[in-house]
Amino acid sequence: MATQRNLEGYVGFANLPNQVYRKSVKRGFEFTLMVVGESGLGKSTLINSLFLTDLYSKDYPGPSQRIKKTVQVEQSKVLVKEGGVQLTLTIVDTPGFGDAVDNSNCWQPVINYIDSKCEDFLNAESRVNRRSMPDNRVHCCLYFIAPSGHGLKPLDIEFMKRLHDKVNVIPLIAKADTLTPEECQLFKKQIMKEIQEHKIKIYEFPDTEDADDNKLVRKIKEKMPLAVVGSNVVIEVNGKKVRGRQYPWGVAEVENGEHCDFTVLRNMLIRTHMQDLKDVTNNVHYENYRSRKLAAVTCNGVDTTKSKGQLTRSASVTKRSPLAQMEEERREHVMKMKKMEAEMEQVFEMKVKEKKQKLRDSEAELERRHEQMKRNLEAQYKELEEKKRVHEDEKANWEAQQRILEQQKLDASKTMEKNKKKGKIF
Amino acid sequence: LAKMSGGGSTLLGYIGIDTIIEQMRKKTMKAGFDFNIMVVGNSGLGKSTLVNTLFKSQVSRRSAGWARDEKIPKTIEIKAVSHVLEEGGVKMKLTVVDTPGFGDQINNDNCWEPISKYINEQYEKFLKEEVNITRKKRIPDTRVHCCIYFITPTGHSLRSLDIEFMKRLSHSVNIIPVIAKSDTMTIEERLEFKQRVRKELEMGGIEVYPQKEFDEDMEDKSDNDKIREAMPFAVVGSDKEYQVNGKRVLGRKTAWGIVEVENPNHCEFAQLRDFLIRSHLQDLKEVTHNIHYETYRAKRLNENGGLHPITCNDTQESNL
Repeated sequence: MATQRNLEGYVGFANLPNQVYRKSVKRGFEFTLMVVGESGLGKSTLINSLFLTDLYSKDYPGPSQRIKKTVQVEQSKVLVKEGGVQLTLTIVDTPGFGDAVDNSNCWQPVINYIDSKCEDFLNAESRVNRRSMPDNRVHCCLYFIAPSGHGLKPLDIEFMKRLHDKVNVIPLIAKADTLTPEECQLFKKQIMKEIQEHKIKIYEFPDTEDADDNKLVRKIKEKMPLAVVGSNVVIEVNGKKVRGRQYPWGVAEVENGEHCDFTVLRNMLIRTHMQDLKDVTNNVHYENYRSRKLAAVTCNGVDTTKSKGQLTRSASVTKRSPLAQMEEERREHVMKMKKMEAEMEQVFEMKVKEKKQKLRDSEAELERRHEQMKRNLEAQYKELEEKKRVHEDEKANWEAQQRILEQQKLDASKTMEKNKKKGKIF
Repeated sequence: LAKMSGGGSTLLGYIGIDTIIEQMRKKTMKAGFDFNIMVVGNSGLGKSTLVNTLFKSQVSRRSAGWARDEKIPKTIEIKAVSHVLEEGGVKMKLTVVDTPGFGDQINNDNCWEPISKYINEQYEKFLKEEVNITRKKRIPDTRVHCCIYFITPTGHSLRSLDIEFMKRLSHSVNIIPVIAKSDTMTIEERLEFKQRVRKELEMGGIEVYPQKEFDEDMEDKSDNDKIREAMPFAVVGSDKEYQVNGKRVLGRKTAWGIVEVENPNHCEFAQLRDFLIRSHLQDLKEVTHNIHYETYRAKRLNENGGLHPITCNDTQESNL
């Protein structure tokens, strides 16, 4: 156990975060964001607003402007620089999602894309030369919910259920300027209720030790799912230039916290939680994928999963022994467990038998004693009867004797009388 | 003596033929009339709210205690609710047919079939009554006179489901497409969207009401052309009132302003209402009766070699 010690002077390793910072800035950052939702929910506009660039401009219209018959997954890379920090931003769009009449399995291309990116990373990780490992895994998936005001559609639920353990899912209410504040509140509550009902695990903001940060995190959590409005058009309102949407009845400002949750989303996504999203993707979702993938490979190096990827070809030689070993160990462990179970059962059986035997013995013992006591009692009873009889006999005898004596006495007195009489006559 | 000729003869005095309009009016007022409207569209597009706003009363199922968090039904249901409204001595029996569950599933193949079946069933009912030997004086009219189809305001184009539905049903019922929840779009976006929708309807060969082929004369044509240019109407519905400039108006209150439902600068609800109720109500019924119903009747009579009159209660389909 490492004990904490106080330093007696300034050592200087407090400078470590700065060194990490400088190295990372030189390296640059990567972030992959996926947007999923039906056509016309404002995905492209929101991306443009978030990163203040024209990813989709008039000359290169976004995929949503083209009519798609099947679901496609398209990615566009853009390099943004700010304050010396370089960010390689990859936006993955899914045009055609949910647009057909029959939308069964429209999530399959999305799942395939995410899995293929994870597989690329897995292969890159398993290579011998790992100098450059580009991280193209999807770090965050923004799911756009149509602002119906009622609740989630079956398609929303199905999609989120299938993707919540593969990628960080953040649900958003799109085109939130359709809803009045009360409708928005009700809608959010309804959505959160349904998400909990269906046990969908959306991205959870981690609690920090800092009390202030925690307050912020809690505020964000209360506002989930975030209701966003996107716009790249700058309008003048009260002398200020703001980005918003101009209606005949007013201007919906994108960056006004009372109008929509766009600023919350932007701060969360870019300013505070970008690194956490990457960490969760790396530590949780990617690890899940990896263990699932590796466990599916049997010890013969034959891949039981559908995609016979490079994993089996290039890494089969090196991976065979440790993998086979793992399998062996697992099987041994299982067998040991089974044996232990069987043994314990046997012991249990034996003990049960013993106990039963003991019980039976003691029962017999009790019976025997009971019999004996009964016999004793009977013997005593007989004795007493005997004694009583003897006593009765004696009594009878004695009485008989008494009677005889009485009779003799009577006789004697009678003869004396007679003698007396006789004597007198003499 | 007025000669019986094709041309109009001049009358030599006031006869009083024009009082027939007054007589008809009195009769209609006494009898009242039926109007059946069907609303179709995805959940959450404001169908019930719009119908309530149109008829200024709680006529849709939303008023019948339907809670906001009612689950989306697994199959499409057809729910018809009837109310009797009265205005200026004229009684109207309004039936609103709702279709919850339309387009809400993951697989929406053939979700238009229950609706098509319902519409045809109403025609069948009417046909059976008509064909009876002893007919009722006034056959109860449950035929759908007008089907309002709600388009999702994506801002891009019609969805495949929209096109499929309208293609299949535009020949059996009057379809009036409206853009729902149009306070989502700015004015420019709205114009662009409408243009695109009109083009797609044209390309798909979908004839929405008022159909071009049924324009009777030049006056009708010019009126209807104006309407066709403005369709589909971008509407906003609301049953809440707010105070704006000293007046109480129906609207939606957002953080950046109040959307007034009846303000023509904000949305086209007033236009839809005038079109639907104040000018074309009777025409909708006539087109349904003279054209859609007749099409159905002709089809039915041509199959199975004809139809013989049956007395009531003989409900065997195989007889027809």
